[in-house]
Amino acid sequence: MLSSLTRSTRQFFEDTGSAIFFFRSFSRNIFRSDFYWGEFIRQCYLAGVRSLSIVLLTGFVLGFVLTLQSLPTLKQFGAESFVPDMVAISVIREIGPVITSLICAGKIASGIGAELGSMKVTEQVAAMEVSGANPIQYLAVTRILACTFMVPLLVLFSDIMSFLGGFAGINVAGEMTAVMYFNKSFANLVFSDFVPAFIKTIAFGFSIGFIGCYKGFNASRGTESVGIAANSAVVAACVSIIIIDALAVQITSLFIYN
Amino acid sequence: MENVIEVRGLTKSFNGKEVLKGIDLSVKRGENVVVLGRSGEGKSVTIQCIAALLTPDSGTVKVLGQDIHSLGEEALKDLRKKMGFLFQQAALYDSMSVRENLSFPLKAVLKIKDPAEIKMRSEEVLEAVGLQDAIDKMPSELSGGQRKRMGLARTLVVNPEIILYDEPTTGLDTITSQEISHLIMDVQKRYKATAIIITHDMHCAKVTADRILIMNDGKYIAEDSYEALENSPDKLINSFFKF
Repeated sequence: MLSSLTRSTRQFFEDTGSAIFFFRSFSRNIFRSDFYWGEFIRQCYLAGVRSLSIVLLTGFVLGFVLTLQSLPTLKQFGAESFVPDMVAISVIREIGPVITSLICAGKIASGIGAELGSMKVTEQVAAMEVSGANPIQYLAVTRILACTFMVPLLVLFSDIMSFLGGFAGINVAGEMTAVMYFNKSFANLVFSDFVPAFIKTIAFGFSIGFIGCYKGFNASRGTESVGIAANSAVVAACVSIIIIDALAVQITSLFIYN
Repeated sequence: MENVIEVRGLTKSFNGKEVLKGIDLSVKRGENVVVLGRSGEGKSVTIQCIAALLTPDSGTVKVLGQDIHSLGEEALKDLRKKMGFLFQQAALYDSMSVRENLSFPLKAVLKIKDPAEIKMRSEEVLEAVGLQDAIDKMPSELSGGQRKRMGLARTLVVNPEIILYDEPTTGLDTITSQEISHLIMDVQKRYKATAIIITHDMHCAKVTADRILIMNDGKYIAEDSYEALENSPDKLINSFFKF
C-alpha cells in the first residue's frame, strides 16, 4: 500500500517535470522565424473543420434541451418569458464553452495523441529528429497553436447553434417570433459575459492541444501505448478543462461579477 | 585517412542491465563498417548513441571531430544535417506522399525554397534507388523493399557524409535483400558516404563490408575483413558465417 503510494507520488512528480520540460521546449519554438505555416493551416483544418459538424449538432441540442427542460419550471412562476435570457446567459458564460471544449477534447486530443503516439512508436519522430528537423516545432507547435486558435471559434459556432436550438425549443412548446426571441436573448447579455468566456476557451484550446501532443510524444514503444496515449490525452484534457473552468469562474466572480 | 566517427569507452544500461560495456570504434572517411551480432547485443543502441538519439551512461562519441553529446541544440542540428539514419522499418512519414517525404528534409532541414531544385533533387535520389514511378504514392502503397529504398532515398536527399543503417535488409525476401545490399554499395560509390551497417544478413555483410566488427556481450570481440573472419578458428566468430 505504502510502496504503491510512493510509486504513484514519484510518477506524478516525474510526469509533472516531464510536462514542464515539454512546455519549455514548446515555448522556445513558438517564435522561431521558420514557422511551418502550411502545417499550421492543415492542423487548423483538421482540428476545426473536421470537428465542426459534431460541435454544431451538440450546440443545437444543448439550446433545444435546455429550453425544453427549463420551460415547465419557469412556467409555474409565470416566468417563461425569461427562458431566452436564461438560455443565453447559461450558454455564453458556461455551458457552451465547457461542453464544446469537452467534445473537442474527445475529438481532437485523442486524434493528436494517437497520431503522434503512432509516429513515436514507428520511429517517425526519431527520423525527423535525426535528420536535423525539429519535431517539436513541426508537430507540436503547429498542433497546439491550431487548437488554441480553433477551439474558441468552434465555441462561437456552438453558441450560435445553441441560440437556434433554444429558438426551436421554445417554438416546439409554444410560440415566439425570431425577433422577439433574439431580442430577449441579447437583452441581458453584457460585454463582461463574453470576455471571460472567450478567454477561458483560449485556455481550453491550448490545454487540449498541449495535452494531446505531450501524451503522443511520451508514448512508449509498442502499439498498446498508442491507445494509452489517445485515451489518457482525452482524460487529462477533460480534467484540465474542468479545473481551468473552476479557476476561471472563481477569478471572474472575484473581479467582474462582484 | 581521417576518422569521421570515433567512439571511446561507450557504456549504456537499461533498467540496470548493461547493454554496452565500453565500446571503442573508429570509422575512416569513405569506409563501410558492418556490425554483426546476435539480437539484443546492443548493435542498434550503438548507432543510436552515435546519432545522439540515446545518451550514453559514459564514454565519448566524436562525429566529424565534434563530441556529439556535448553539443548545444543548434550545433547538434547542424551536425545531424551531415548524417543520415536508415531505420529498420524505414520510418517513412505516413501522412506524406513519397514526394513530400523527400521534400520535407530539403525544406525543413536545408531550407531550400526553390521548387525546381527540390523537384530535381527528389527525382535524382528516386532514380538512384530505382523508385521513379512511386513519386506520387503514399508510404502505405509501397512494398517492404520499396519502403526500404524510399527510406534510403530520404536519407540520401540531403547528401549526408555519414549514413547509419539499422538492419537494412531485415524482413525482406532474399532477392530484395540482395538488391538492397547492392544498392548500399552503389550509394557508397555514387555519394562517397561513410557508413555503419548493422545487420544479421551475411550476404549483405559480404557485399557491403570493408571491415566487419563482431559484437558479443556488449563488446566487440573481433574485427577484420569478411574473408579473414570467415576462416577464423574461433567457434563463436565462425558460427556467424555458417549459413
